[in-house]
Parts: sequence; structure tokens; C-alpha cells
Amino acid sequence: MALSQEARARLEPDAAQIIARYPQSRSALLPLLHLVQSEEGYVSADGIEFCAGQLGLTEAEVTAVTSFYTMYKREPVGEYHVGVCTNSLCAVMGGDAIFADLKEHLDVGNDQATADGKVSLEHLECNAACDYAPVMMVNWEFFDNMTPQSARELVDGLRSGADVAPTRGAPRLCTWKQASRILAGFPDGQAAGGHTAGEASLAGLRAARENGWRPDPQEGQQ
Amino acid sequence: MTSVLMPELSAHWDEPDSFSLAAYRRSGGYRALAKALAMEPGEVIQTLKDSILRGRGGAGFPTGMKWGFIPQGGGKPHYLVVNADESEPGACKDMPTLLANPQALIEGIVIAAYAIRAEKAFIYVRGEVLHVIRRLHHAVAEAYEAGYLGRNISGSGFSLDVVVHAGAGAYICGEETALLDSLEGYRGQPRLKPPFPAVAGLYQCPTVVNNVESIATVPYILNHGAEEFASYGTERSKGFGLYSLSGHVTRPGQYEAPLGTTLRQLLELAGGIRAGHRLKFWTPGGSSTPLFTDEHLDVPLDYESVAKAGSMLGTRSVQLFDETTCVVRVALRWVEFYQHESCGKCTPCREGSFWVAQIMQRLERGEGSEADLDKLLDICDNITGRAFCALGDSIQAPVGSSIKYFRDEYIQHQKQGGCPFDPAASTLFGGSGGSSPRGNTAMESA
Repeated sequence: MALSQEARARLEPDAAQIIARYPQSRSALLPLLHLVQSEEGYVSADGIEFCAGQLGLTEAEVTAVTSFYTMYKREPVGEYHVGVCTNSLCAVMGGDAIFADLKEHLDVGNDQATADGKVSLEHLECNAACDYAPVMMVNWEFFDNMTPQSARELVDGLRSGADVAPTRGAPRLCTWKQASRILAGFPDGQAAGGHTAGEASLAGLRAARENGWRPDPQEGQQ
Repeated sequence: MTSVLMPELSAHWDEPDSFSLAAYRRSGGYRALAKALAMEPGEVIQTLKDSILRGRGGAGFPTGMKWGFIPQGGGKPHYLVVNADESEPGACKDMPTLLANPQALIEGIVIAAYAIRAEKAFIYVRGEVLHVIRRLHHAVAEAYEAGYLGRNISGSGFSLDVVVHAGAGAYICGEETALLDSLEGYRGQPRLKPPFPAVAGLYQCPTVVNNVESIATVPYILNHGAEEFASYGTERSKGFGLYSLSGHVTRPGQYEAPLGTTLRQLLELAGGIRAGHRLKFWTPGGSSTPLFTDEHLDVPLDYESVAKAGSMLGTRSVQLFDETTCVVRVALRWVEFYQHESCGKCTPCREGSFWVAQIMQRLERGEGSEADLDKLLDICDNITGRAFCALGDSIQAPVGSSIKYFRDEYIQHQKQGGCPFDPAASTLFGGSGGSSPRGNTAMESA
């Protein structure tokens, strides 16, 4: 894919805004890579050339950084990038079974997209949600306490265009490209929506209330 | 029964709008900032020193001392960098904190930046958490609008800008100097220390790098006083923190408690190990802390007691595994994680992680020998202390401790020519593939 002149013209003011956040321009490189990924869905050779041009770096310098970080994709991924945590705890709790099942169900390997380009699959390292294991991510939104069955229903929903809501996240999933734009530092106005704390996040607070170590807010208001 | 838990940071997480500035102010938010701005910066640093708050990101270095290392009057700008790159397997406390209460972090940032005389702060947040990043952007925007960020904050003459910077998927960027390289737009590789970031950090300027929970605890200390904070916890591990319980436990989750609380106490509140099973092994502080077993239920979970018992408190990431779990499988997967995340800068870690992984894979397949166990320990010995950063040292934690407590289980793999465990038995859904007993139970938000 080529980054069109129209796209370049549109991204340049965004790039200028990103660079202005930092005392030294090179700090803008990671968000700029998220930005070009939001346009093309992956970091293409054109994307690298664009970032290099904005920062006065060589394409080799930008490529070296791109290849270090797993979130930058060098090939197109699906509109919905599905990750399954297979680090030890999630793996044991069911992540391995879910990942194996999804590979078969979608007929793809690790880091591959379905033929319709809707869904790609990747096994992930720990996603800081171990108390909700086994955990999956779609476009970096949390899907908690998954099973092979709920995982199959999830990807089927994504492929058929159904409304899919993460367990703890925005009320509706955005696309991979939209997610990349948020990572570049351009919020989509969805922060106030969706969930704040799941059951596990509240487990200690609830236990403290039950034991009378923390006042119950309901009683306090009466 | 005296209070085992003390939800402070997590006290309001069940309010549907707890992430908003309005909710934060309703529960007393930003009073600490007013107090701090009425003090001299040096007094704020002294308050933190007196509280003996130790860094909540794993290493446990005293936060106030870190602030005090910033040289004053050198003419270079100072920076505050918040490490929100939470990626240690097992660690899951900072992300729920930021989802539910990001304003505590923002208030802590303003106070910390004022204390160290920084006018620019960065929040380096792992990239793989979209809604957390939305909430951070929202919290920063609300704080600007209310005048808690920007020029001349609350008429104090102090100014501060905060930038939310999303990472791009690299565990090593949780290491503070690798984080700084990444924030400067390079591959995230650790730097040789000294010089420490306090002297030559971001852009070679004096920089404090602190964990999310450390900074989010600062408003409490200002509000309640250093003495009260230091009255909780144990002799050298003061205050309270989030213990994150995960795995084969009835009610996994975040349990905020004074340091020195034991797993026995926490498990009692969490409903114990899942029904019909018993505890086999656990990590007190994430995958890079050596395993404990059911012998260690009464070890006070503070820095000193955990170290004395042969492990590390780390990030209080308590991962619990019952008797259905194969320890070789768990240790191998962590080793493969370190292999994948090794940045490649130094030879012991880059080469050693691959060697260890290959031998562990052989052992898991039942093709290893008892001599392999000694070889593993020998390789680990040659990595530990010789790597550039703590990532290399971490490889030894699961390998050494699993061999120490479960040597027979490794031998059993060899005898049987494979893993003696049924992986389905350890899953949450018991191999049925059907519904999850925990369900998808996120709290509805208004």
C-alpha cells in the first residue's frame, strides 16, 4: 500500500501536533508510528519514510525502532486484532486451550488474518489483567474470564459485524486503525463510557465492607 | 478481628463515575495538592522521606530518597516520568487503578513535580490497554480544565505540563532506563548505571522515574501525614499497598492491605483456593520472584520477611496455582517470556535465556535428564548478576525455585516421557470448553 499524497497532507498537521508535545523531536517517534499504523493498519515502508521525514531521521533508524516493538505490525492485520494471553497463568487457566481452539476455528496460524481480513489472531504476553484470567484482547480492549466457547462466539460476532462490547472498556469496540489513532494520542471521546471496575477489581473493597473495615456508602447516605 | 484490609486507593472504585474529577473531588481529591503547594518543595520531599514510602514498582527503593537525589540549581530542566508500563507476569494493580481512579495519579504527579521542581511530566503507559489510555487522556484534560495542570497552578506560580505517552509492546520498557530510551524514541534498551536517572535521565537531565502506585499514594501521605502512613505496615516496610491475587483462588482480585499481611490472611478473605483443590505453589511478587509453596502461607508479605524466606516482594503479584498445575510448564512459559522479551543488548541474558528455554523444553517433553537440572542451575548462575539489568536475573527465579521445591516433578517428566498432568484439569472451565464459572461480570457503568 502506498501512503497517498492526500493522506500525507492530512497526517502532517497531526505529526506536527505530536512533535510539539516533546522537548526533543525524536521522542515523537513511537506515537508517529502509531499514527501511520492508524492510516494503513500497519507500518509500511511508506509509513517509515513518512516518520523519518517528519523527524529528520534515516529510514534505517526508524526501521530499527519499529522492529523492536511488537505492537507495530509489518503486515496488515485484521480489522479486529484478537490476542489470547498464553503467559503461564492465563495458559494454565485456559489460554492455551482457547488459542488452540481459535486457530482451528478461524483456520489461521499465529499472527495471521482470516481471508476476509476481518480478524487476525496472535498469542500475547501478560496483559496486566491476571485476576480476570484467562484474558483476551481485541484491538487492545479487555475480554475477561474467557472460555473456548465464549472466544468462538466473540470472533464469530466480529466477523459477522455484530456489536461487540469488551468486558472492561468502551461501550463499543473500535477498529484496529481507530485504536492506533488513540495510541498516537488523539482520543476518541469514549473515555467516560464503559466500565470502571470489574468484580475482581472490587474484591478487596467488598471484603472490607463485609467485615465492617470500610463504611458502606449506602448506609452513610441514610 | 482487626482490619486486615484498608482500601484507600481503591476506596471508591465501585462508584460508577469514580474515574472523573468530580468524583475524585467528592472524596477529598486535590486537598493534598493545596497542602503541598503551601509548603516548600524541600518540605514535601522530607514528608515523603518521613513516610518511608518505598517504590511500589517492585524494587522498593524509598521514594522520598529518590526525589532527594535530584540535584538542585544545575540549570538543566528536571523531569518526572511515571512508569505505567505494568507488564510483569502477575502484575495487574496499576491498570485497574488507572481505569478507576486516574486522578489520584494526576494529583500525585503535580505534587511530585512540584517537590522535585519539574515542569514537565510524562506518563509512559503500556500501549496494550486502550481504555486505560483513554481514561488517562481524559483525566489529564479534566485536570487542565480545572487548573490543576498548566500555567500557574492554583495561583502558586508553579507550572506543569503532562504528556500521556503510549508504549508499543516491550516488557523491558518497564526497566527505568530502558523506558527512558524508549521515551526518547529509541529501541528500549537499558542503560549502564551510574549515572542514575536522578543525575542523567531523560535527555541527560535530572529525572525521577516512579511507579503509578507510588505516585498515586502521595496524596494520601500529604493528607494524613507521614507519621500516620508509617504507622501501617512493618518495621521497615511501611504503609499499605495493593495485593493482586490471581489464578486458582475463589475470588481473585485486588486486596489493599498494610504491608506485612500474610497470604493466609488474604486467602481467607478471597474464599481460599478454588473448591476441592489445594495450594501447590505461588509467586509473592510476579514471575521474577522465586516460587513459594504452602509452607509459606504465614510469611509476612513485606520486603524483609519475603527476602528472608528466599523470594522477593516485587509488585505483590500473588499468582496461585493448585495441585492440578504442572510446575515445569509454568516455569518454562515464564522462561520463554524472558527469552522473547530479552532486549539483546547483553550476552548473558540474550544467549542464556535461549539456552535455558531449550533445556526446559527438552525437560518438559520428557527428553531431558537429571544432569540437565544441574546444567540449568549452572547457566542461571552465570546469568544472574552478570546481565545489564534485572531481566536477566529474573530467569533464575522460576527455574531455581521450581527445581528446589519440585525436583521430583522434573524427574517424573523424564520417567514418563512427557508431562504427567492433564492440562484440562487446571483450566477455569475444567476442560468442558463451556461457560465460565466467573462469567463476564464487569460492573455496569452509569
